[in-house]
Amino acid sequence: MSAAVKFVHDQLTGKKDYPKFKAGDNITVNYKIVEGGKERIQGFRGDVVKIQGTGATASFTVRKISDGVGVERLFPFFSPNVDSVLLNKVGKVRRAKLYYLRERSGKSARIKEKRF
Amino acid sequence: MTSIFSTDGKQTACTIIEAGPNVVTQVKTKESDGYSALQLAFGDKKEKHSTKAEINHFAKANTPAKKFTKEFRDYSIEKALGETITVDIFTEGDDVEVIGTTKGKGFQGVVKRHGFSGVGEQSHGQHDRSRAPGSIGGSSYPARVFKGMRMAGRMGNDRVKLKGLKVVKIFAEKNYILISGSVPGHNGSIVLIQK
Repeated sequence: MSAAVKFVHDQLTGKKDYPKFKAGDNITVNYKIVEGGKERIQGFRGDVVKIQGTGATASFTVRKISDGVGVERLFPFFSPNVDSVLLNKVGKVRRAKLYYLRERSGKSARIKEKRF
Repeated sequence: MTSIFSTDGKQTACTIIEAGPNVVTQVKTKESDGYSALQLAFGDKKEKHSTKAEINHFAKANTPAKKFTKEFRDYSIEKALGETITVDIFTEGDDVEVIGTTKGKGFQGVVKRHGFSGVGEQSHGQHDRSRAPGSIGGSSYPARVFKGMRMAGRMGNDRVKLKGLKVVKIFAEKNYILISGSVPGHNGSIVLIQK
């Protein structure tokens, strides 16, 4: 990353105190949505499929099964619409990008929880 | 490139440009040169890499030799020799145009260079045909290929002007300016921003 990009990223990215999470973890993202001029916070709970990018443009994708249909949502780390992130479970996975979850369903789409 | 969020959460892709400080190295007037213009210079150069003519020319403006100079005719801001022009002339939200040289793509075919659609699926058994240009004209009449017929050739490395870009943010202390979208050229290339 060039010095100019690093400087701008440092200026743009405020402090966000999310818990540390990685692909395979189960998280809840509380994000703001505007409905009829009113703002409210809605949660999106699912597994982290990937974390991509660096600096101000970094983002992460969360996947959940809603009514039997897989739903993925992408959240930029520094979006003002992301209110908070809660870490529910730490998953035991071998990959950084869990695209294989898209082809699986039911029992085989589960991620083992990491026990400490 | 990077991106920036608005307060309602919309993400805009933008390019970081180091705009200045540009030193006025020559002031041309109607009396002395027949037209009025300002010569601006950007980017320091080592003394061992510059000629004596360059060093003495820039010494008139009390600056070390510069890498790039550009003359602007009928410049709207009055500046004297040796003064600097910074990002202060822009404000956030300005509409600007950016001129630069695009990345060179080398010798390219018509599909990439001119957006031809190619032959597609059905080549009727012919091979090596999927990205061919097709016919380039008639036979005995007109018995020649018209000038300007779009064919394969060198692509890129052209001077282009992008219009309708916006100044998204300005970092005055570092002379950085964030412009919405992409600009022509590779990383570190020189572009011209004009209002």
